[in-house]
Amino acid sequence: MTTMEAIGPRPKRILDPTRIMIYSVLIVAALYYLLPLYVMIMTSLKGMPEIRLGNIFSPPVEVTFEPWIKAWDTACTGLYCEGLKVGFWNSVQILIPSVIISIAIASVNGYALSFWRFRGAEVFFTILIFGSFIPYQVMLYPLVIITRELGIFGSLAGVIFIHTIFGMPILTLLFRNYFASLPQELFKAARVDGAGFWGVFLKIMVPMSPPIFVVAIILQVTGIWNDFLFGVIFAGTKNFPMTVQLNNIVNTTQGVKEYNVNMAATILTGGVPLLIYFLSGKYFVRGIAAGAVKG
Amino acid sequence: MKSIEIKDLSLNFGDLKVLENLNLDITDGEFLVLLGASGCGKSTLLNCIAGLLDISDGQIFIKGNNVTWKEPKDRGIGMVFQSYALYPQMSVEGNLSFGLKNAGVPRAEIAERVARAAAVLQIEPLLKRKPSQLSGGQRQRVAIGRALVREVDVFLFDEPLSNLDAKLRAELRVEIKRLHQRLSNTMIYVTHDQIEALTLADRIAIMRDGKVQQLDTPHVIYNHPVNKYVAGFIGSPGMNFMQGKLNGGDKPRFATGQLNVDLTRYNFENGHALDGSDAWLGVRPEHVSVGQEATQKAFSHEVAVEVVEPMGSDTLVWTTLADQEFRFRMDGQKSVEVGETLNIGFDPVSASVFDIQTENRL
Repeated sequence: MTTMEAIGPRPKRILDPTRIMIYSVLIVAALYYLLPLYVMIMTSLKGMPEIRLGNIFSPPVEVTFEPWIKAWDTACTGLYCEGLKVGFWNSVQILIPSVIISIAIASVNGYALSFWRFRGAEVFFTILIFGSFIPYQVMLYPLVIITRELGIFGSLAGVIFIHTIFGMPILTLLFRNYFASLPQELFKAARVDGAGFWGVFLKIMVPMSPPIFVVAIILQVTGIWNDFLFGVIFAGTKNFPMTVQLNNIVNTTQGVKEYNVNMAATILTGGVPLLIYFLSGKYFVRGIAAGAVKG
Repeated sequence: MKSIEIKDLSLNFGDLKVLENLNLDITDGEFLVLLGASGCGKSTLLNCIAGLLDISDGQIFIKGNNVTWKEPKDRGIGMVFQSYALYPQMSVEGNLSFGLKNAGVPRAEIAERVARAAAVLQIEPLLKRKPSQLSGGQRQRVAIGRALVREVDVFLFDEPLSNLDAKLRAELRVEIKRLHQRLSNTMIYVTHDQIEALTLADRIAIMRDGKVQQLDTPHVIYNHPVNKYVAGFIGSPGMNFMQGKLNGGDKPRFATGQLNVDLTRYNFENGHALDGSDAWLGVRPEHVSVGQEATQKAFSHEVAVEVVEPMGSDTLVWTTLADQEFRFRMDGQKSVEVGETLNIGFDPVSASVFDIQTENRL
């Protein structure tokens, strides 16, 4: 009888039963969730006659990019027939200032709340967090009045203002928890070295925080890009973001339903957040985890 | 001349009194160690001196200036932290020059001061590195350098060696002492390590619950602790305490169980023993003699060895004296067995007697 002497690292079994179980479940789940995307892509590449045949799972016999071009360039969104590109640029114009302003303010908030504790800081923080649990719909009407009085209702500035406000609770929580995890002694050392409020923030804290800024950018970009409600209410007809225009294309009640154009338009609109998720999955998960830890 | 003067300093966090009516005078060039268990307020006091915590009451003077409400940077202090607190994104050079840049020191002078500090601390080859590329000892050296370049009168150390391993700690301890001898700045050093305190300090302030228990030279603190807490805190292994009664008169005695310790040679604080009062007798394990030597001491007795702890240079022996636990130190070269009977003795001059109620030295 020959037995192997145990020596060195334990030999790896490639196909042990638990692995097989885990992978088969994961593969089935992945296929299940990918199926709609598959149908969307296939449909968007077909012409209308082929769609009418009804085989939604079969790949296109004749591949056409016509629906994509139409969705981007000439599809009718309400009265205008200029496609999604208008909405795309509107969304970009809303997105960039909203992301920058909200993150700039929230990072300073978080920094002040973790290092420059003022009287009532805890209460202030609790109220801020509480704010993130109130449904948006409750605040819509008052906000409409506020923006009207400020003279920014129905403008880019209005919708940017709203996005900045609604980004505050979660972003402040994110930054506060991150800064609270940095050593207090670092802050003290910088104070002894003569750095003031902004000196400590800009020269010490910000250079130490790229990961959390990346997380905040991801959260805000995906959140604001996907927003429909604030866009439709506060942006004004000329500045409707891409999501609103997508809705106008898809939910049109006149003429034939062009499924291929609708699918292409939806994929185009979803492309930006999808791209962000793909490029930064690791940071995104980290952000969710960081936000979940209550201080 | 006084370097630092603290007058009636109090600090409250809400209802919690962290520091209470604290007074402290530190002379120029003195090395003062604040020693105490964790939570005694020693680091808090240091932060108050540095201006990192706002005090509730009292005054702080540094070099004769009232700095009570001044910003940390304007107090003429440099501070070294336990966790080094180096700015991770800056090079060693950036770390050293950060404070000077903030203060608007001319470029040429910054370079000169950084070079000088680097030479003193022998960190010149590290100047271009980031803190993450340094070892613990090197990091702490850079942290000291950051205080050094500020060319201030007062250095504050907040447990600077606690994060280092034992060997490195001993090395840097000597280095800090050398540095002090060379610069002769005033230094305040917070630690919970009594060896650091005893080796470095000109004077030690032993703190407990926000109050200074005793402020004196290491020699006095070791030999004449003012109360039982200080006596128990200083010395390793700790002092033996035996509970008993004092008998006054011409021949004062300490009686515990069957034992009578002659205290004729003991120097009572008020000149004589209070007859019949309850007291603690404290004897340091290293002040106990064994064998032949013991019989010549004012007090000697036979004890049975219970536990033996060899520590190389000497051996710690646990035994029972008058039904109370008693430890003593003996030569590490002599062999001793469990169950063996030994003759031990000590001289009451080196002992301490404390009141059982107030725990103050009698």
